Amino acid sequence: MLVAEKIGKRFTGVIALQDVSMQLRPGRVTAIIGENGAGKSTLMKILSGVYAEYEGRILLNGAEVRFANPKEAQEKGISIIHQELNLIPDLSITENIFLGRELTDRWGLLNKKAMRERTALLLQRLKLNVSADILVRDLKVGQQQVIEIAKALLLESQVIIMDEPTSAISEAEVEILFGIIEQLRAEGKIIAYISHKLDELFRIADDFVVLRDGQVTETGTMKGIDHDAIVRKMVGRDIARLEHNRAPADAAEDLLSVAALSWHAGNKQLLKNISFSLRRGEVLGIFGLMGAGRTELLECILGLHAGEHTGDMRLNGVSLDVRSPRDAIRAGLVLVPEDRKKDGLIPGLDVKTNISLSILRSLGRNGLLNNQAERSLAEHYKDSLRIKTPNLEQQVRHLSGGNQQKVILARCLATNPKVLMLDEPTRGIDVNAKNEIYKLILELAESGLGIIVVSSELPEILTVSDRILVLCEGKISGTFPRATAGEDDILKAAIPKTI
Amino acid sequence: MPMGLSNYRASLTRFQSFIALLILCIALSLLSNKFLTIENGWNVLRQISVNVCISVGMTLVVLTAGIDLSVGSILAFSGAVAAGLLKNGIPWPAHDLFIGFTLLGTIVAALIVGAALGFFNGWMITRFKVPPFVATLAMLTIARGLTMLSTKGYPISSLGSKFDFIGSGWLLGIPVLVWISAVTVILAVVLVRKTPLGRYIYAIGGNEQAARLSGIHINRVKIIVYTIGGILAAVGGIMVTSRLDSAQPNAGTNYELDSIAAVVIGGTSLSGGRGTIMGTVLGAIIIGVLNNGLVLLDVSPFWQQVIKGLVILLSVIVDKMNSQEA
Repeated sequence: MLVAEKIGKRFTGVIALQDVSMQLRPGRVTAIIGENGAGKSTLMKILSGVYAEYEGRILLNGAEVRFANPKEAQEKGISIIHQELNLIPDLSITENIFLGRELTDRWGLLNKKAMRERTALLLQRLKLNVSADILVRDLKVGQQQVIEIAKALLLESQVIIMDEPTSAISEAEVEILFGIIEQLRAEGKIIAYISHKLDELFRIADDFVVLRDGQVTETGTMKGIDHDAIVRKMVGRDIARLEHNRAPADAAEDLLSVAALSWHAGNKQLLKNISFSLRRGEVLGIFGLMGAGRTELLECILGLHAGEHTGDMRLNGVSLDVRSPRDAIRAGLVLVPEDRKKDGLIPGLDVKTNISLSILRSLGRNGLLNNQAERSLAEHYKDSLRIKTPNLEQQVRHLSGGNQQKVILARCLATNPKVLMLDEPTRGIDVNAKNEIYKLILELAESGLGIIVVSSELPEILTVSDRILVLCEGKISGTFPRATAGEDDILKAAIPKTI
Repeated sequence: MPMGLSNYRASLTRFQSFIALLILCIALSLLSNKFLTIENGWNVLRQISVNVCISVGMTLVVLTAGIDLSVGSILAFSGAVAAGLLKNGIPWPAHDLFIGFTLLGTIVAALIVGAALGFFNGWMITRFKVPPFVATLAMLTIARGLTMLSTKGYPISSLGSKFDFIGSGWLLGIPVLVWISAVTVILAVVLVRKTPLGRYIYAIGGNEQAARLSGIHINRVKIIVYTIGGILAAVGGIMVTSRLDSAQPNAGTNYELDSIAAVVIGGTSLSGGRGTIMGTVLGAIIIGVLNNGLVLLDVSPFWQQVIKGLVILLSVIVDKMNSQEA
């Protein structure tokens, strides 16, 4: 049993955790629930030895433990699987699993055979059917996650903490992950599971701990509570799940039409003969599993792979020749990318600059920046998108995920686009902020934008889309109007027929 | 983290190098009565003026997460071109022609040479995706070779009193060299703080992919930045050549290292996106004062190098400690 007693942690002037007490029991999965900034990550970092200084005590099987660093925590049997995976892409699975604890022979040389054999056993146990020698780079994200779990198993960890393990993987991979978690639970491991996806927690977790503003507001078993009650405990008030009855856009002429788009990269066919159209005021949802070609499709439309693909694109009936994101923006196409940190934000620059970046030149006069115009632009979007920031000079890295996403959205909207594309718009964002983003998407559609939303979360697609396009292995495998779209049908269309 | 705090920290960091410089100056004026004189002050400023110009260009390059190792060689080559054109012009025996160059003509020609080589750097880096380190390392060798070819390995000297004015003259009570570096710094500060291009430079260094998706013409910005780096190296070349009244084939050797040192001491991050022009200027002054002081104190040149290296390490360590706290 892992017990936390009155844990407290403060950063310069800010209380991150206060009086947090909880128990994680063996053979059970405990969901750690809370909005962004509630203190979940801080708590997990204390449990796993990332933060060595804190108030209170941690007891593992009745004895107090205190870790100076993550390595000590691992040695005592606590492993954490971070949201951002800690794997080295150009090393093999075996090399990654044994990194820092390589087996050696009596000459001090690597004992590759023994390591490979133990890796193979682990992979077998986790039902991952790949060779121990292949590079992590060549694995899918879901498979990479399994490698992280294998690392924890190698250490014979008693406690496994998973931080948003499903945020980057497809529904099919989630099933595999859940299978593994069931297995670990049966083996009597203590599992802490952090996720924003409540539906998931109801499937996999036994107990829950709700954090709000650094304090525990409720603990209990998942059986004894329902969805809305948990949300209430998280946010401290009722929030309605977003329901809307938007009339689908009128069948006016097409805003964007894509015809016979195909893309080969090397000998891989990434997109096959994709044709669809988008109307003004319409929200088109694109659903697909990992590797179905969702992101690739958006990237082609945005001109990131100019010259590599075939097919025809028209905007308002006029043929488009988009050779770079710059051309795309000029034509009126913008993308809110999938990975905020990697592709979206300039973390060290302030909120104002992150918003004005795409249209700096047109705001300026005589080749100089116009501070006043920049400020009022940022001010405008801060209000209209309800961006929560102490001020416009705040470095964007300090904002919460939802607000960062709004900043990127603001930058895109500032270019006055005709078509707005959003790739996984709510990844890693808490429930409350998610609904905010959905509302904004619908408002923007009302104002006449054509919107494409790509997502691997079915509830999300079903919430915002007027029409749903399903991709599977680079092809369109189904089109559903919102009215008739059923989860089962969509999933069926998304899953490849041959594996 | 509240905004005020990070701002406060940023200003503290800048303040820090300033305090370091102040302490250095006080210590040196106590140790040597020759240090704190007006004459020596101009001396230091004149000595650092070349490094300031080059380092301003280097700062822009480093802000985009790049590096330019070729500035020393470009400096030498454009200096040699200036000296050669001024002294010999371009003879064209086949048509019995001779093209002579005025002072202004030579300067423009040298700047064009610097711009062209800098542009070539940028072109290699953007068009062929050659890493900046490699592209400019190649240019370091190429431009040095061109210098040797054009000078045949001998200095080109005695360039006339008009040209000499750049390196040794005074204007309104201030050395011309100092005027040049001051104007360079002012233009760079305006570029960085007041123009879209300046923002793009920070954006590219902060997150290149995000900048690309924001519609910024990454390649164009990079080419411009390396071209500016080349032009400022040429400016340095003219300054050095005029000051020595001679274009030396091995001029500017290791200047890229002094300039990177100034950038780093000035607090600019080599991974891009963070740093200031004024920080670099401060860095260059610290190096200059240190050099000057050590000479006045009669410290052996060998020790001078050791000490300079230690100062670079120290400044980066302090910087790191600051950013870790933040």
